[in-house]
Amino acid sequence: MVKWSDFERAAIQDIFSKIDYDVVGRAAFSRCLIVYPWTQRYFGSFGNLYNAAAITSNPKVAAHGKVIMAGLEKALTNMDDIKTTYKDLSVLHSEKLQVDPDNFNVKLFSFYCLTIVVAGQMGAAFTPEVQGAFQKFLAVVVASLRKQYH
Amino acid sequence: MTEQTLLSAKDKATVKAFWAKISSSGEAIGADALSRMLVVYPQTKTYFSHWKDMSPGSAPVKKHGATVMGGVAEAVAKIDDLTAGLLSLSELHAFTLRVDPANFKILSHNILVVLAIMFPTDFTPEVHVAMDKFLAAVARALSEKYR
Repeated sequence: MVKWSDFERAAIQDIFSKIDYDVVGRAAFSRCLIVYPWTQRYFGSFGNLYNAAAITSNPKVAAHGKVIMAGLEKALTNMDDIKTTYKDLSVLHSEKLQVDPDNFNVKLFSFYCLTIVVAGQMGAAFTPEVQGAFQKFLAVVVASLRKQYH
Repeated sequence: MTEQTLLSAKDKATVKAFWAKISSSGEAIGADALSRMLVVYPQTKTYFSHWKDMSPGSAPVKKHGATVMGGVAEAVAKIDDLTAGLLSLSELHAFTLRVDPANFKILSHNILVVLAIMFPTDFTPEVHVAMDKFLAAVARALSEKYR
């Protein structure tokens, strides 16, 4: 069981209450595809991902950004048991989508791109301590997504 | 494989142009990035146990942030041959400081977070990828002398 301090809970809730899910989802997912282009591997059906401009204006990219944010919201509303909440999502990613779990981890969508986009949205309010709380939340999300891989 | 093959001409141009816009904020960027690293990745504090104060915005953090960004400025100037250009810094990190190279990625991430906060319109996805590649190349050059 993950322990959340009052500060962490409040900080994470605050971030999600302030960000525009459509804007952030699309921007973070676009950056992932642009900055780590090998992730495009999983999105062959998305059409034109040829350059940054194509990616940022691609409607399927925007739609998928929303899907990801909806997934994160599930974790947000079940912060005390993200592992169980994510059981089906983990199975989906490992068995049906066959996403290399290294893609969630470390550099990619979860830690780096989403953190960077949220930082840009929130500005100075994204203090080091708030960043710490947010990255801890993402770490739990990532661990839960990895849980069902065998 | 030398550094030159890893950064395209476009990457270098993007980095230089962006750096020209942001270099006057170098000290602030360095101080904030370092503050974040120490708070969000507390294991990095082990390198600074000799400081009286490791809190965000403290004097040692500000001073060291400026030092680090001075190194980044040097890297921008020597972007066409980072290995040669950062040779003495590499020796410093390898033999004297002995910073685990895994930490370069951590600091790079925090620099990018600060850039996103301070320059929201200029830190476009194109600039982001160029800066990410550049900081990775700098990290590689700094790791050259380790073994």
